[in-house]
Amino acid sequence: MGLSESQTERYSRHIILKDIGVEGQEKLLNGKVLIIGTGGLGSPAALYLAAAGVGTIGLVDGDTVDLSNLQRQIIHFTPDLERPKVESAAEKINQINPDVTVNSHNKFAKAENILGLVMEYDFVIDGTDNFPAKFLINDACVMAEKPYSHGGILKFDGQTLTYKPGSACLRCVFEDLPPKNTVPTCSQAGVLGAVAGMLGTIQTAEAIKYITGVGNLLENRMLTFNALAMEFMTINIKRNSGCPVCGTTPVITELQDYEQPVCDLIQKKNPME
Amino acid sequence: MKLLINGKTEPLKQTCISVSELLQVKNVEHPEAVSVQVNKEFVSRTDFDSTLLNDNDEVDFLYFMGGGTY
Ligand SMILES: [Zn+2]
Repeated sequence: MGLSESQTERYSRHIILKDIGVEGQEKLLNGKVLIIGTGGLGSPAALYLAAAGVGTIGLVDGDTVDLSNLQRQIIHFTPDLERPKVESAAEKINQINPDVTVNSHNKFAKAENILGLVMEYDFVIDGTDNFPAKFLINDACVMAEKPYSHGGILKFDGQTLTYKPGSACLRCVFEDLPPKNTVPTCSQAGVLGAVAGMLGTIQTAEAIKYITGVGNLLENRMLTFNALAMEFMTINIKRNSGCPVCGTTPVITELQDYEQPVCDLIQKKNPME
Repeated sequence: MKLLINGKTEPLKQTCISVSELLQVKNVEHPEAVSVQVNKEFVSRTDFDSTLLNDNDEVDFLYFMGGGTY
């Protein structure tokens, strides 16, 4: 397809990277990434994917912008209060980069609609805030054989892994939703806004690496960090033959919506242990 | 005995310890919500009591972080 003169200039810092070059930039311009949740993780993901020139960005979120979101959901501005998040995010993406086509889905990902959404994209970013949605995204991506980035944050901690068909999935690590009552809510526990930015940009780098085919993805590895200690740790994980969705005899063969309080987290004493 | 817990060598007074006991010793608050790998293999939750750890075993605790803050 070839880059225009202004595209060559806009993406010059990508193009001079040996691993990306014109070819990689063209892959990005032809790439399609779905961001589920345009909040703390989805905001930086959307901004950096847009700036990077990812040609098609899908946004899925049924929420509107709330004052308490603005501490970390950096794609939304004060004048956007009460607006649908996908509308607010789409507007910013268009302003950053007119090369990008945005598909806005002003609804939450559910068992009935998620497969149709993920099928349209090359890569999926999980920017959701709750266990049911995270497991739904995992199950849908395993079933659709779609690579995706799992991300979770709480307080000063973040965790992420990248799934690709054949590698360990989220349920290989965490078989099922944690029992209720082991987990207070996110609004009770809080989260440092910058931690959302740190994790969301890691997820974005994974999406860009996948599309351009460079580097090593966080496959069969889980990255966790604690911003207080500013320690990063990668734990190698192995596909679990007993995994309920990708194991040898999967028990989850169709998608369903799970019930759990929104925005759960697990209290722990030793964040890096 | 010594265990390699999440990449760090940790000495323990015990000479023999199960996964369940280790979760207690390490003060893990919600062991029912933690996944455990021993020598890079996941241990099923139902086997936490019966799985005994040996000197120099690698143990990984993985905590689920559910937030993403829509
Ligand atoms: Zn699995």
